[in-house]
Amino acid sequence: MDENNSIHIKELDEILQMLLHRYGYDFSNYTKASLLRRVNRFAKETDSATAYDLKYKLLNSEPIFQLFLQEVTVNVTELFRDPAYYKSLREKVLPVLASYPIIKIWHAGCSTGEEVFSMCIMLHEAGLLKRARIYATDINPANLEKARSGIIPLAHMKEYTTNYLKSGGKNDFADYYSARYDHAIINEELRSQVIFSQHNLVSDNVFNEFQFISCRNVMIYFDKQLQDRVLQLFYDSLSSLGFLTLGLKETLLFSVVKDKFNNIHKTTKIYRRKD
Amino acid sequence: MEKNKFDIITIGGSAGSIGVALILLKSLPEHFQIPIVLIIHRMKNITSQLNKLLAKELGIKEVVEPEDKEPIRAGIIYLAAQNYHLLVEQGNTFSLDYSEPVNFSRPSIDVSFESIARVYKHKTLAILLSGANKDGAAGLGRVIGEGGTAIVQSPETAEYPAMPKAAIDINPSVLIQSPEQTVHYLLNQITT
Ligand SMILES: C[S@@+](CC[C@H](N)C(=O)[O-])C[C@H]1O[C@@H](n2cnc3c(N)ncnc32)[C@H](O)[C@@H]1O
Repeated sequence: MDENNSIHIKELDEILQMLLHRYGYDFSNYTKASLLRRVNRFAKETDSATAYDLKYKLLNSEPIFQLFLQEVTVNVTELFRDPAYYKSLREKVLPVLASYPIIKIWHAGCSTGEEVFSMCIMLHEAGLLKRARIYATDINPANLEKARSGIIPLAHMKEYTTNYLKSGGKNDFADYYSARYDHAIINEELRSQVIFSQHNLVSDNVFNEFQFISCRNVMIYFDKQLQDRVLQLFYDSLSSLGFLTLGLKETLLFSVVKDKFNNIHKTTKIYRRKD
Repeated sequence: MEKNKFDIITIGGSAGSIGVALILLKSLPEHFQIPIVLIIHRMKNITSQLNKLLAKELGIKEVVEPEDKEPIRAGIIYLAAQNYHLLVEQGNTFSLDYSEPVNFSRPSIDVSFESIARVYKHKTLAILLSGANKDGAAGLGRVIGEGGTAIVQSPETAEYPAMPKAAIDINPSVLIQSPEQTVHYLLNQITT
């Protein structure tokens, strides 16, 4: 019953070491509490009774490692998740971005794309989409593949429509996708300015300069040291007075960059570079 | 001043638990020296203002919904935010997790209890209150397994007895107490 008892923290460290050597993915600075949960869940799903079992499987099968990646990277996402956040983007951020001839945007940890599509819809409504260059990155190739297809499950569309309306959307949401059986495809035109590519926040570096970076519900899985590295990376990737947005329960307050940003809207975690 | 038997108190509850949680919290001495962490499933109609409501009822400045990496401080009452699991890390900070609900719950009491027990070990006191599901049962098992203390609200005093019952069923060594007994217990264990 107690699923957390099969793999302990020391064994977890050994598995992580092996993954780093074998596949080049470094999870050693992910928060232990959450990671331990995910790894134990995965051990259970793959009928691995001991840490040794699991390690053996991961070492010898790349497909199993891909499934492991799927489990530990927590891919949960939604269209217009946290409507209040999108509302303040509309009101406080888009009018500023409108002043740039080319608007460069980075969604770090974009999962299967829902957050990116939401942004595209808002840019479209503000008449800014054609000027936008949107880079959407994630560590997990399976997520990126789904994101590139523009396909999202139809099951939650009602909730997404409500989110959209709450965020201040005024159009008919159904105009933005076409429904097929159990899934929906986001209109291709809306996705035309997006480039999806793999980028690992643990090990990859600055690749462009942006006026807006969103990294929501990704760094909660990182320990403080890794958070600080990534936040420094975002700071270095932002142009002067650029925006950084986080998930609703994330904060710069306990980070190394806290004095380099102003919080322009407290409850929705929209930050702006001071210099 | 004698030392606390516990370094943290965590209280989990679902339907019918808020009133009981308030009774327990009101009974605490004014300057208690440990953190208190509430994991309460929120009914859809009691939305995000629960922390304000609790603070008002308790007549204190604030009940804190912790943010990611927030240090855990003594003397503060914390409430798990809606839609995230709340965990604690070695080194005494909170961390949040946005993965799928566990047993239809996010925050999940099991997830928080297990993670608190892993860090605070025998210095954990976990209290499970009224509710209409099974959340918390496995978490209390973990608390006991780590040498901590587990209290369950006696089913006959619970508005919804399913959750206490489920926990008692799988954890023979929990203390089963009415809210009054728990108040008494707390007064004996918590010093200021
Ligand atoms: C919970 S999702 C967040 C999705 C979206 N931003 C949102 O808030 O709805 C977390 C995402 O972070 C990604 N991720 C985890 N570790 C990462 C890393 N080291 N580099 C880049 N992305 C990472 C995961 O693959 C996953 O897609």
